[in-house]
Amino acid sequence: MKPLLELAGVSAAYLGAKILFDLDLSLADGEVVALVGRNGAGKSTLIKTVMGIQVRRSGSIRYDGQDIVRLPAHAIARLGVGYVPEERRVFGDLTILENLEVGRQPPRQGAPVWTTEALFEIFPNLEELRHRPAGQTSGGEQQMLAIARTLMGNPRLVLLDEPSEGLAPVIVEQMAAAVGKLKSQGLSVLLSEQNLRFAGVVADRAYVIESGHIRFSGSMQGLIENADVRRAHLSV
Amino acid sequence: MGPHSSPRHLDKTTLGFFLVQVLTGLSSAASLFLVAAGLSLIFGVTRVVNFAHGSFYMLGAYFGLTLVALFGDWFGRGHLSFWSAILCAALVVGAIGALVEMTILRRIYRSPELFQLVATFGVILVIQDLALWGWGPEDKLGPRAPDLRGAVFILGQPLPRYDLVLIAAGPVVLGLLWLLLNRTRFGILVRAATIDREMVGALGVNQAWLFTGVFFLGSFLAGLGGALQLPKGGADLLMDFTVLAGAFVVVVVGGMGSITGAFLAAVLIGQLQAWGVLLLPQSTLVMMFLVMAVVLVVRPFGLLGRPELVGHGRQMLDDPLRPTSWRFKGLVLLLVLGLAAAPLYLGTYGLVLLIDILILALFATALHAIIGPGGLVSFGHAAFFGGGAYAAALLVKYAGTPMALNLVLAPPAAALLAIVIGWFCVRLSGVYFAMLTLAFAQIVWSVVFQWGEVTGGDDGILGLWRAPWVRGRIAYYYLVLGCCVAGILALRHGLSSPFGYALRAGRDSPLRAEAIGIDVRRQQWAAFTLSGAFAGLAGGLYAYSKGSVFPNEMAIVRSFDGIIMVFFGGVQHLSGPLAGAAALTWLKDSLLRLEMWRLLLGLAVIAIVILFPQGIAGFLKQRFGRFVGIRSELSS
Repeated sequence: MKPLLELAGVSAAYLGAKILFDLDLSLADGEVVALVGRNGAGKSTLIKTVMGIQVRRSGSIRYDGQDIVRLPAHAIARLGVGYVPEERRVFGDLTILENLEVGRQPPRQGAPVWTTEALFEIFPNLEELRHRPAGQTSGGEQQMLAIARTLMGNPRLVLLDEPSEGLAPVIVEQMAAAVGKLKSQGLSVLLSEQNLRFAGVVADRAYVIESGHIRFSGSMQGLIENADVRRAHLSV
Repeated sequence: MGPHSSPRHLDKTTLGFFLVQVLTGLSSAASLFLVAAGLSLIFGVTRVVNFAHGSFYMLGAYFGLTLVALFGDWFGRGHLSFWSAILCAALVVGAIGALVEMTILRRIYRSPELFQLVATFGVILVIQDLALWGWGPEDKLGPRAPDLRGAVFILGQPLPRYDLVLIAAGPVVLGLLWLLLNRTRFGILVRAATIDREMVGALGVNQAWLFTGVFFLGSFLAGLGGALQLPKGGADLLMDFTVLAGAFVVVVVGGMGSITGAFLAAVLIGQLQAWGVLLLPQSTLVMMFLVMAVVLVVRPFGLLGRPELVGHGRQMLDDPLRPTSWRFKGLVLLLVLGLAAAPLYLGTYGLVLLIDILILALFATALHAIIGPGGLVSFGHAAFFGGGAYAAALLVKYAGTPMALNLVLAPPAAALLAIVIGWFCVRLSGVYFAMLTLAFAQIVWSVVFQWGEVTGGDDGILGLWRAPWVRGRIAYYYLVLGCCVAGILALRHGLSSPFGYALRAGRDSPLRAEAIGIDVRRQQWAAFTLSGAFAGLAGGLYAYSKGSVFPNEMAIVRSFDGIIMVFFGGVQHLSGPLAGAAALTWLKDSLLRLEMWRLLLGLAVIAIVILFPQGIAGFLKQRFGRFVGIRSELSS
């Protein structure tokens, strides 16, 4: 089967400093893939590289058969790539509903169509808060909003940067359940994660990144069982 | 209060009088609000302060004039014809704004603030000449709105009927803007982009169209402001700068990015103008000054502004200053020797040009000190250049003091002005700083322009005779050469000293600089004052070179000359201003002979912004720097 996303020989620089070196990565349609690695290993940069924001990139990045390495972020988003940033970046002055409106895009072939009602079913907390400015909600609610806002664009592939970071354990569980629901809807997910347990619950496969290089790739189960790799590249 | 009010009628007359005064203030707030709201919207989304916004206002007035006449001929002079002409004028201006965005600004969103400001200033110049070409130099009287001639009487006091329209216009536009921003997808995207435009892009919104749309809307509002005030104020070629300074004050007082804040501030300023004219005709500007002072002290980001909207401008990359290489020193020495020998090989005309170049180079070096190492773009340095010139001239006129003394006193006088203005301005940074300095310089210019009894107003001050020992052109040339070389070296030395280090530290990382004990604001204030003093010296020398002073030396265009020279020369290089001064003088000298020199200069400036983002000296350095041992690290 042809991969939905395929990176070949990708390098990237941020503010003049080279962060990623000659990476290869692929993700099949409907797959959930985790990027794991220590702080500063280059996980977020890799996600931004796919999305085309804040980095200078080279190499080949193919999405659904099309080379996107020269496209601006909005064009990549319109092809069906959704981006949920690590810092969430919700629009603080806008209400929850308005935030969702910003993310709204026309339905897309081959991707599930989302409405605010459908999203409120996955994230019930948001429904009661829909008229509240996003800046006045909790971190967990903002994380849910950030995901919901991206889903309003009806993406086929969602890039989730550190979805469990800084959240209370009960919210992390909700997040894991939400990612599971996305997968069951047929969405593909590329997520970066420091929390191996979270990744283990949601991901099919994993890549381990260290210092901008990929050090391991294989099934999530394989990574969990491979103590050597974990000790060498993940343990702090 | 009026001289005719008898005690019996005092109450009713006074009340009516107060009421009319308040209403007059409200009506004068309308145009100011429309322009400021557009400025704020555009800045919020694009982070560009559109200095050409006043020009769009002016175009609105001129197009309104033409279209009202045209529609009048076609459709008769009824309501529909008049008001659709006003609306169409605003739409035309909106389209021009969108065109400017698509052709110029779109290319420089990633450039440093200075470049964007310079480019929009280029647009001002182009529009000035086009307006002159299209509508002629004379002031135009505005058409009357149908059925709105004459006055209504409020408690016996007359109020022009058209003022009622203007009074309504402010709140109506505010309401419509609110609906647009809160109830439409476009408005929600605009608000989202004001907070985080990159994220809006990552969600699939094509920012290019959003930016063009906002530029259209903002320019439309400015054009509407200009067209709406036609029956009251008409159209003239100075209204671009007049409204620009006012709009900047409104935006700073109201808070950048806040439409409601702009409305409140416009109402406040409108009231001040209405009452100020009445109580003390000369005091309006001073009162504006005071209001701004109070607001800035109490709320540095304006009535409804927020701190996070400020300081988004990209910092310019700057080479570390290295000790000058011997080869470069040798080159400077050669240049100075060559200049010293200039009278041997230059004719009178060449020498006059060279005197101008030297004086402007000193001015540009002074300005560069605050723009480059200080990181603060001052758009008001003409106030200090002109301040020095006027200090010398006023001393001659009122004290009859000798030239030498006047030249010595010009820098401290300009420094004094810089101390006062700087106290306000260093509280802010980035575009706010640029707007405030421009507004202050415009205020100083207005005082000089209007206070004819003291300053001679438009006629200037004549009769600045040089002392006998420098009466000859060649002798004066040497005096200028000496002063300018000494001034430039002194500034250069100051910027390479611990004072300069602290200044640059404050520019590059204000928080860390504060943490190691540098009072960043005080440092900037001191640098601003120092820069003002040297600009004042340049102004004094200039006054004695011409033998007269005119308000032009203080006008925005003079500030812009300074900016252009620094920009031509490249902000990163201390040697830039000299190259910039030579380039500007040469350019102006060749262009001034042509009819539309402003248009050509404007286009040249815009082209340079787009083509040479490092300025001329930067470009030369990158190309040839190796030969003089100052190769830039950044260029490699």
